[in-house]
Amino acid sequence: MWSLTQLANPTRFLGLSGRVLPWVAGASALCLAAGLYLSLFASPADYQQGDSVRIMYIHVPAAWLAMFCYTLMAVSAVGTLVWRHPLADVSAKAAAPIGAAFTFMALVTGSLWGKPTWGTWWVWDARLTSVLVLLIMYLGLIALWRAFEEPARAGRIVAVLILVGFVNIPIIKFSVDWWNTLHQPASVLRMGGPSIDPSMLLPLLVMAVGFTLLFVALHLAAMRAEIFRRRLRTAQLVAAHRRPVGAAAAAAQGGL
Amino acid sequence: MSGFFAIVRQTLSLSLRAGGGAIVGLVFFLAVVTVIPFGVGPDLNLLGRIGPAILWIGALLASLLGLERLFAADREDGTLDLFIVSGEPLVLFVLARTIGHWLATGLPVVVAAPVLGLLLDVEPLALGAVTLTLLVGSPALTLIGSVGAALTAGLARGGTMIAVLVLPLAVPVLIFGVSATNGAIADPEPFTAPFLLLAAGTLMAAALAPATAAFALKLGLE
Repeated sequence: MWSLTQLANPTRFLGLSGRVLPWVAGASALCLAAGLYLSLFASPADYQQGDSVRIMYIHVPAAWLAMFCYTLMAVSAVGTLVWRHPLADVSAKAAAPIGAAFTFMALVTGSLWGKPTWGTWWVWDARLTSVLVLLIMYLGLIALWRAFEEPARAGRIVAVLILVGFVNIPIIKFSVDWWNTLHQPASVLRMGGPSIDPSMLLPLLVMAVGFTLLFVALHLAAMRAEIFRRRLRTAQLVAAHRRPVGAAAAAAQGGL
Repeated sequence: MSGFFAIVRQTLSLSLRAGGGAIVGLVFFLAVVTVIPFGVGPDLNLLGRIGPAILWIGALLASLLGLERLFAADREDGTLDLFIVSGEPLVLFVLARTIGHWLATGLPVVVAAPVLGLLLDVEPLALGAVTLTLLVGSPALTLIGSVGAALTAGLARGGTMIAVLVLPLAVPVLIFGVSATNGAIADPEPFTAPFLLLAAGTLMAAALAPATAAFALKLGLE
């Protein structure tokens, strides 16, 4: 069994993830295809909302993953700061753009769904506002990563901010329970079982599994890309170091 | 302890004298409050109603000024290294800098708020409420800002970055500050609950922010 410590070796991680990635991607494609068929054709239209209820099958999984991704980044941040796990920082950095994309998707689909059902593209409701703040947090984190030259130092500094920003996640999750808002309260993960009809719950769960697999596939691919990017950077630094001063000056004069 | 107050005094006098950072912050606050009526129109009824919110947003924006240099100068000239070598807890240094910064930039904004509120035709009771909530809430803004300042201390141009990082974190302070102010003016809305939450926010920030900022500064020096 592979443990987290064994995975600390990037080469081992690359080997394992390279073998796992096609399977995860394939499973995600199958799940999403089945989920899309179930949600767009095989599930009933809502008696009030009509066909616009089908937006839910994209909106809800995207919103779940937006929060899941930040939680994963917070765990990775602890891994960076406490255990100094070399891949934790790679994991957090690779997850940020994916999380931002899912958050954006949740906001856009929610807005498209809000127009026919609420009659407006946007309301300043607690859930919507806190998710918008989450998007800004993601973008701020990405910007902070890019501001530092050295990846290891950037990773540690950003990890602190990830943990500080983590307070927003429970606020998003419980905003619909704490404040009486336009956004409906939780209907799947709640005390006393789901309040959503089984004919809609099944496609939603299939879509959720498909989205999660998609996230895992994208995350693994992004982590691999980040590891290769860092190796390339190190190789470039070593090459620049080895190059004799005279040759470098000549190259500079030559317009290189 | 005398060293602690020395750092507070030094931060205060540096912000007040060098480049007039604190005074510029106050002028910035005035400018923000002046610009809003040009945007929403000079209707005094409307301005009186949204005045407390304008003052809070102005204070929030003004609290961002000067954060860029709060720790960056100490990092560049080696003060931070010397302090760490001295063996004193870095948290105290961060707390002293933050208190000095609040005295130089936060407190003047609190004092100026009721005067600027007159320009917006905010009623007397609301003026008192906004001043009180700013007095209780603005330390939280500076404390949250100190974390942003520590995170970006190693960057050559961290100014815009601080604003992007700090503003989302300051949202709860703004929410409770404005809702407590509105609670004091309009009868059906409660005042005590949001006001206590605002105070709790400041206390929590005072407990957590200096340690977080000190940790981030140390990480930045590695």
